[in-house]
Amino acid sequence: MSANLRVKSSEYIDETHRVSFKFNGKTYYGFKGDTLASALLANDVHLVGRSFKYHRPRGIMTAGSEEPNAIVQVNDKTNRTEPNVRATEVEIYEGLEASSQNCWPNVNFDIGGINNLISPFLPAGFYYKTFMWPASFWEKYEFFIRHSAGLGKSPSEKDPDIYDHRNIHCDVLVVGAGISGILAAKNAAKNNFKTLLIDEKNELGGATIYQNKEFNKIDNQSSSDWIKKEINGLKNISNLEIKTRTSVAAYHGYNYLLARENLTDHLEKKYKNNKVRQRLLKIRAKKVILATGALERPLIFNNNDRPGIMLSTAVKKYADFFGVKCGEKNVFFTNNDSAYESALCLYNKGIKVDAIIDIRNNSNSKIVKAIEQVGIQIYWSHTVVDTNGYRRLNNISIMKLSNDGMTVTGDRINISCDCLGVAGGWTPAVHLFTQSGGKLKFDEDNNVFLPNKYPSDQISVGSCNGKFNLKEIINELSIKLKEFLKISQTDFDNIAIESEEETSKRNIWLLPSDKAIGKTKPFVDYQNDATAKDIKLALREGFRSIEHVKRYTTTGMGTDQGKLGNMHALGIIADTAGVKMGELGTTTFRPPYTPLTFGTIVGRNVGEFFDIFRRTAMNDWHIEKKAKFENVGQWKRSWYYPINGETMHQAVQRESKAARESAGILDASTLGKIDIQGSDASEFLNRVYTNAWSKLAIGKCRYGLMLNEDGMVYDDGVTTRLGENHYLMTTTTGGAANVLGKLEDYLQTEWPELDVYLTSVTDHYATASVCGPNSKKILKKIIPDLDLSDENFPHMSFKEAKINNIKCRVMRISFTGEHSYEINIQASFGKALWEKCIEAGKEYNITPYGTESMHLLRAEKGFIIVGQDTDGTMTPVDLQMDWIVSKKKYDFIGKRSLYRSDTMREDRKQLVGLLTDDPNIILEEGAQIVSELNQNPIQMLGHITSSYFSPNLNKSIALAVVKGGKDMMGKKLFIPMEDKIISVTVANPVFFDEENKRLNA
Amino acid sequence: MFVINCPYCGERDQQEFKAGGEAHIERPKQPTELSDDEWAEYLFMRKNIKGVQFERWNHAHGCRKWFNMVRDTSNDEIKLVYKMGEKPPLE
Ligand SMILES: [Zn+2]
Repeated sequence: MSANLRVKSSEYIDETHRVSFKFNGKTYYGFKGDTLASALLANDVHLVGRSFKYHRPRGIMTAGSEEPNAIVQVNDKTNRTEPNVRATEVEIYEGLEASSQNCWPNVNFDIGGINNLISPFLPAGFYYKTFMWPASFWEKYEFFIRHSAGLGKSPSEKDPDIYDHRNIHCDVLVVGAGISGILAAKNAAKNNFKTLLIDEKNELGGATIYQNKEFNKIDNQSSSDWIKKEINGLKNISNLEIKTRTSVAAYHGYNYLLARENLTDHLEKKYKNNKVRQRLLKIRAKKVILATGALERPLIFNNNDRPGIMLSTAVKKYADFFGVKCGEKNVFFTNNDSAYESALCLYNKGIKVDAIIDIRNNSNSKIVKAIEQVGIQIYWSHTVVDTNGYRRLNNISIMKLSNDGMTVTGDRINISCDCLGVAGGWTPAVHLFTQSGGKLKFDEDNNVFLPNKYPSDQISVGSCNGKFNLKEIINELSIKLKEFLKISQTDFDNIAIESEEETSKRNIWLLPSDKAIGKTKPFVDYQNDATAKDIKLALREGFRSIEHVKRYTTTGMGTDQGKLGNMHALGIIADTAGVKMGELGTTTFRPPYTPLTFGTIVGRNVGEFFDIFRRTAMNDWHIEKKAKFENVGQWKRSWYYPINGETMHQAVQRESKAARESAGILDASTLGKIDIQGSDASEFLNRVYTNAWSKLAIGKCRYGLMLNEDGMVYDDGVTTRLGENHYLMTTTTGGAANVLGKLEDYLQTEWPELDVYLTSVTDHYATASVCGPNSKKILKKIIPDLDLSDENFPHMSFKEAKINNIKCRVMRISFTGEHSYEINIQASFGKALWEKCIEAGKEYNITPYGTESMHLLRAEKGFIIVGQDTDGTMTPVDLQMDWIVSKKKYDFIGKRSLYRSDTMREDRKQLVGLLTDDPNIILEEGAQIVSELNQNPIQMLGHITSSYFSPNLNKSIALAVVKGGKDMMGKKLFIPMEDKIISVTVANPVFFDEENKRLNA
Repeated sequence: MFVINCPYCGERDQQEFKAGGEAHIERPKQPTELSDDEWAEYLFMRKNIKGVQFERWNHAHGCRKWFNMVRDTSNDEIKLVYKMGEKPPLE
């Protein structure tokens, strides 16, 4: 590790600023500006991970987000740990710790590596075929799979970081800040378009900033110098916003894009605290310019995955940009001119290049001539047939290619090398384009898929549109930009450009070896260990659809989404099946382009903001009294109020008894309240409820049942007539928003002629419900001047009143069957009202009760709860509530459906009461009900919907829905449970005070 | 996620809206006169076209108004929005 692999003169690395970091527990040094990958390479560390299936040693292969191998766990065993991070994207900082994934006990000695030796037994589909049978073995398989797989570990502690979301609306969004993106953004902004330029790297300029100076010139300067001036000029453009370290994750329809902005990942720990770590940008752009560039392709040959085998442009970038040589003895293997530019770069920096192996027969490009002149040996029409070196490449074997490229001839030539730069051509990065719904076409000449049909106002420019040399890129950009932005000129219309043009092409998707394919390992998908022979096997086994081959072989399904090998997979399928690639189509590129953290996705919506709760005006009082809460809709409702260490059962029994013996009080503020006004309000209620409303007198209340058009019970509640054209409707707590929405729908779309206005007033009023035989006395104390006599204020009526000069509405209505009042007051006085009731009720032992006791008390009376005793399949007739369905009304929502043959069946499930033969057994809600125990299979008749122990009857009671239950009164039924069979008798669902005497007590 | 041009509010993000199914299915004026089959036709049968479809939408988190939309369900292109009660375009 003592080798100094730094070559001087990189302006992007600050050699005065040394940074220490740990990799797999060992301390290394790099410089500010290094990525984890460049720093490791500078320390001569190539082996960084193990492959997924065979656990083969793998090294750094790329210098960007397409990296398939160098996937690391960052800051393991801390609360900021993150798995599946690409070492090529991690900027190092003081104190960074990273470790290899998918290897145990360590990267140099890995037990799973045994899979590599038995690999003939692990072909494509191995997991599908092997772990299918027998089912009882699954536990053993699962253990094996979980231990040998596992890409990284998720953090076990709470994430200490802050995440954020931001909405951005812009005229023009430019994705990618290479030369195309920079020129596009500059010209858009200068023409008064509000422009946003995004790039995933921390520097602008893409590959142009370290492009070869001799062969690429703009305006008589080297392209790299020219672009640097352009980048400097961008700072002074007012309506241009630039975001670096920002990666577009998804491109949806209507130019809606999601991007992740990385703000603190590159900072030391002490600078991370209390800052936003990552921000999700939700971008709505009028126009989008994709300048996402192209990814270099590998070549597919035997054992093409050893540490030290890298993309040629990555070798170049590490030398040029980071000042790191990737090997002492470098060889390139290519099918195009890119490798020559990389070789020349290394040569100019004094790094030894031993040979270039080119599958082409020749090339006349100037850059090829330049290589020949400096004396680097070129092997024309040769291919690599094998490589050697377990933890690091140490030599390669090459042979001459036959004319058709299908076989090799002659003798093996062995070349010793520790770094092989592979150049297989370029794949335009069309991922975002296809995510947006764009359709591709295949370009046979260059073997690339290119954007064809744009689904929204967008263009692709530069190498993501298949333009690979500078002259082509800039000329095309000038034409397309003027057309797209409707501008008359750009500032580079007539600029002089020199660049190198490629003269010779040859493409072979799967390069031959002197060994039979069955004996070779040509990796197509490095991360998932899918080889060319797996793809061929899938085709032999009858798979034809590209999507099926992909799933069967797992090609392209890793965290890198097959960015490198997808094209080769398609090519090999096309060649093997004898079809054209254009006809084969391509697999779908799904978002996100690079992985997103959960933190970024949820942003600030964590903890108490994850799901917003609604709380009543009395909430503080409930908390003070240590109430237990339950969630109802979005509300937090008091469930029960345990005192002196009571269990839930004990508390509910006490509360329910007190409410009937003396007085109880319930916070009913959460019930939905809709204010209904207008000259047709009565007619409207007639149409939406099953019963009649026209004759309800002002000051009276009525219970109503609302159906869906299909006849099923939808909601219920009491509605009060406040005035001639004014009603107050109450709904269930959970149904309030839906009821309002449904009523609005009918008013706006079916009955626009009705003069009716709906306003939700749920939050405007707080409601205290006081019940029990002493409720009248308590109310008298609170509102002394209100006449509470049955004559003046009977059950189901309403009065306006004042408490301490504050207006309130008092309804004498009851959900418990007790004499009962509901006081509605402006919400801000809710807690004061509640405390006043408690104070006034003290002498009567007024007992606050929660939703559980409310449910118990109403079940004693056989009152239904919509959503508990109904489930969207119950008609009023099923609920034995025929009394509330008007026979006289011509129409109401759902009426016609009550006469459908299906809703009139006698054997529908109907609501009944159940009493257990043993009064101490409490049935389980949801338990199934049968009548015959000796049937096989046993026919289920229905299920329990509500079940409680009634303290007022001193026995267990239940409500249930049972097929044909109406005619089963007194019949014995059975509830088979896991450990016993409970026998029950069908009863009237009204268990308590059937004559309703207590309402007027 | 598309942008919808609410006829009352203008362009808003899709997440403010709620889809309400096929448009121009009128609730029968005299349901009791209908046979079970005719009522079922109104109640249950919806087209779900791949291509140009007439739909109801509600600006649920905005003005709460219902309106009609002509949308190509194959690519989410919105051809037209128009108010409730307005005649559907003939084409
Ligand atoms: Zn609106």
